[in-house]
Amino acid sequence: MNILTAENLNKSFHKNIALNNLSLEIPKQSIFGLLGPNGAGKSTFIRIVNQIIYADSGEIQINGEALAPKHIGTIGYLPEERGLYKKMKVGDQLLYLAQLKGLSKTDAKAKIKVWMERFGATDWLQKKVEDLSKGMQQKVQFVATVMHEPELIILDEPFSGFDPINANLIKDEILALREKGSTIIFSTHRMESVEELCDHIALINKSEKILDGEKTAIKEKYKSHIYRITYRGKALTPSNQFELLSNIEHVDGTSEAKVRLAENFTSNDLLELLLSQSVQIISFQEEIPSISDIFIKLVQGATAEKEVVA
Amino acid sequence: MSKIGLVIKREFEGRVKKKSFLLATILVPLLFPAVIGTMLYFALEEQKSAKEQVVYVLDEGNDFELESDRKYQFQNLDSDIEAAKLAFSESDAYALLYLPKLDLMNPGGMVLYTKKNPSLQASSYFENKVESQIRDKKLKASGISEEQLEELKTSISLPSVNISETGEEQASSAGVAYGIAYGFSFLVYMFVLIYGSQIMQGVIEEKSSKIVEIIVSSVKPFQLMLGKVIGVASVGLLQFAIWVVLIFVLSTAVFSIFGLNPAEMQAAQQSMTDVSSMNGSGNESVEALMNNSEVNEVMEIVYDIPYAYYISVFIFFFISGYLLYGALFAAVGSAVDNISDAQQFTLPITLPMIIGFLGTFMFVMPDPDGNVSFWLSIIPFTSPVAMMARVAFGVPAWELALSMILMVFGFLFTIWIAGRVYRIGILMHGTKVNYKTLLKWMRTNG
Repeated sequence: MNILTAENLNKSFHKNIALNNLSLEIPKQSIFGLLGPNGAGKSTFIRIVNQIIYADSGEIQINGEALAPKHIGTIGYLPEERGLYKKMKVGDQLLYLAQLKGLSKTDAKAKIKVWMERFGATDWLQKKVEDLSKGMQQKVQFVATVMHEPELIILDEPFSGFDPINANLIKDEILALREKGSTIIFSTHRMESVEELCDHIALINKSEKILDGEKTAIKEKYKSHIYRITYRGKALTPSNQFELLSNIEHVDGTSEAKVRLAENFTSNDLLELLLSQSVQIISFQEEIPSISDIFIKLVQGATAEKEVVA
Repeated sequence: MSKIGLVIKREFEGRVKKKSFLLATILVPLLFPAVIGTMLYFALEEQKSAKEQVVYVLDEGNDFELESDRKYQFQNLDSDIEAAKLAFSESDAYALLYLPKLDLMNPGGMVLYTKKNPSLQASSYFENKVESQIRDKKLKASGISEEQLEELKTSISLPSVNISETGEEQASSAGVAYGIAYGFSFLVYMFVLIYGSQIMQGVIEEKSSKIVEIIVSSVKPFQLMLGKVIGVASVGLLQFAIWVVLIFVLSTAVFSIFGLNPAEMQAAQQSMTDVSSMNGSGNESVEALMNNSEVNEVMEIVYDIPYAYYISVFIFFFISGYLLYGALFAAVGSAVDNISDAQQFTLPITLPMIIGFLGTFMFVMPDPDGNVSFWLSIIPFTSPVAMMARVAFGVPAWELALSMILMVFGFLFTIWIAGRVYRIGILMHGTKVNYKTLLKWMRTNG
C-alpha cells in the first residue's frame, strides 16, 4: 500500500522545467530517501505535496485520494529554510502552528505537553524563541513538525545545523515515528544518513527521476562484482571466471587481491575456485557500492551524456 | 477557528501586547495637547514679555504720525538720510523707516532699512501702517472731516450659516471646517502609512526568520497575507478608538476646568433649536448665534459637527485606504530579504499618498469643490486623504458614493495584484528583485 503516489507531475517556472513527468510511489511506513543534486527539483516536488505550489499537470494521491486541502493536517513538513517567530513564546508558537494544522486548542495543548516532556523541555514554553540556544530551537522546530502526529512526515535536510547529539536524538525519533506508523520522506545530500535510515530511495536529476526502488535492490543492481580477498599463499592466477584487478603482497606473507567475477558466476563459485588454488583465505568480501557511489555515477553519467548530445 | 482567523488573532495579539503599542496609544492623546499647549503657553508668554523693538523713523515731510504699540516703538530722527543710516547701524534699533516728503497723489520712495531680512509679517505691518495714513490723508484732502473719517472705520464679523436642502440652518465656520479637514486627512495619511509599513515589516520578519514556508504549508499564502493585513488593521482601529475615547474624556475634563460643560452646551443648543422650530423660523438660532461670545460661537459649531458622519466616513477611508496600500506594502515585503532592500519599492507606493496629502493642502483646502479637488477625491490612490478633507466642507452624496465605490474596486485590485506577487515572493530567498521580476511573478500561474 502506498501512502503517496505521484503520476506524471509536470511543473515549470516560465521556461525552466522544474519537474518533468515525475512519477513516484512511496510505500506506507517506509523511510523514503529523495536524493538529487541542488536544483534537481526535489524542493519543487515537496512544495507541490505540501500544496504550497501547484503542479501544471499530473496527479498526487494520498492514501488513494486526490491531494486536497484536508490533507494538510496529515502532513508534517520541515523545510530546508526554516525558522520560528523570534519574539514569540515557544508555547504560543507551537499552539499557533498546531492550530493551523487543524488541531483544537485543547488537543494541541495536550500534544505540546507530551512532546516537550519527552525532550525534557517543558520549562522552555514560556521563553521567547530568541532566548533559546540553537540546539533548543531545532528541537522546538522538530516538535512543531511532528506534534500533530502526521501520517506523512517530510524532512528536507533535517540534520543540517544539528550537532551530532541532537542529530542522533532526531534520528531515534524518526525511527520511533516510523514504528508508530508514520511514513518519512527524507530529502538530503547526506549519503551516510540515507545509507543508515532509508529503505527506499528515488534519485532525481535535472527534473527527472533517474532511479527509484528499494535500497537493497538498487545496491544489488549497481554492484560491480568486485571482491576483496586477503589470503596467504602463492599469488592467485586469474582464469576465465575472474579477472585479477590488483594484487599486493605484504611483508608478513599475506596478500590482498581485488578481483572482478565474470557474469553468471556467484560468490560461491569464486570461493570454490580460490580454494582449489590452495591458498589460505583470511577474509573475503564483496565490494557493495555505496549510495554515494551510485549517486555520483548516475549524476555524472547523466551530465556526460548531455554533454555528448550537446 | 478558521485559519485566516488564527492568523488575524496572532497578528492582533502580538502587536497589542507590545509595550510600544501601549505607550503610543496612551501617550499620543496626552502628548499632542500637551505639546500644543506648551507651545501656545510659550508663545503667549513671549508676546507678553517681548521687549518692544525700536524703529527709527526719518519722516522728511513730517507727514506721518506713527503710534508706538506693544511691539514697535517709533522714534523720530531729525537728520538727513546718510546720518540716519549711520545712527541706525550703530544702534540696537530693529529698523529704519525712511519716509521722503510725501507727494499725496504719487506716493513713493519709502524704504525700510533693516539689519536682517525682515519677516513677511513685519514688512506688511509697516506697509499697512504707512498705507492707512496715506489713505486717511487722501480722504481728508478730498474734504472729509475728522468725524466722518472716524465714522468710516467699521469692523464687522461675518458669521456663516449653512442652509441645507430641507431648509435647516446650521452655524458653520470655515475655520472649524478647515481644522477638521486638516485633522481627518492627516489621520488617514498617518494611519495608512504607519500601519502599512508595519505590514511590510511583519512580512519581512516572517521571511527573514524563515518561518514562512512552515506557515504556508498549513495556510494558503493569500490567506496569510489577508490575515496579516486585517490583523494589523484591527490594531489600528483599536488604537483610533482608544484615542477618540481618551481625547473625549480629556477634552471634557479640560472644558470643565475652563467652565464650559459640553453636555450643558449641547442641551442649550438643543433647546435653542426646539424654540426655533416651534416658531417655525430659523431666526432665533441666528440671533442666538450672534449674541454668543466668539468662543461660545466656535464651541457651538464644534459641538454641532456631525461627528458620527465624519467618523464613519473616516473609518471607511481608513480601512479601504489601508487595505489598498497595505496590500502593496505586503507585496513589497514579500519580494525583498530585508528592510534596506525595500526602500526602492516603497517610494512608488508612498508617492501617490504624498501627492494626495500635498494636493489636499494645495487644492482641496483652498478650494474644496475645484476640479483638481474633485479628481483627487475620486481617484482611489489619493481619495482617502483628499475626500476626508472635502467631507469637512460638505460634499455631494453622489461624489462621496462614487469615491467610495472606486475605492472598493481599488483595494480589490491591489489585493489581487499583491497576492500574486506575495505567493511567489515569500518563497524566494536571495533573489535580486526588480520591477521586471515583479511583473513576471504577477503573470506566473499556480
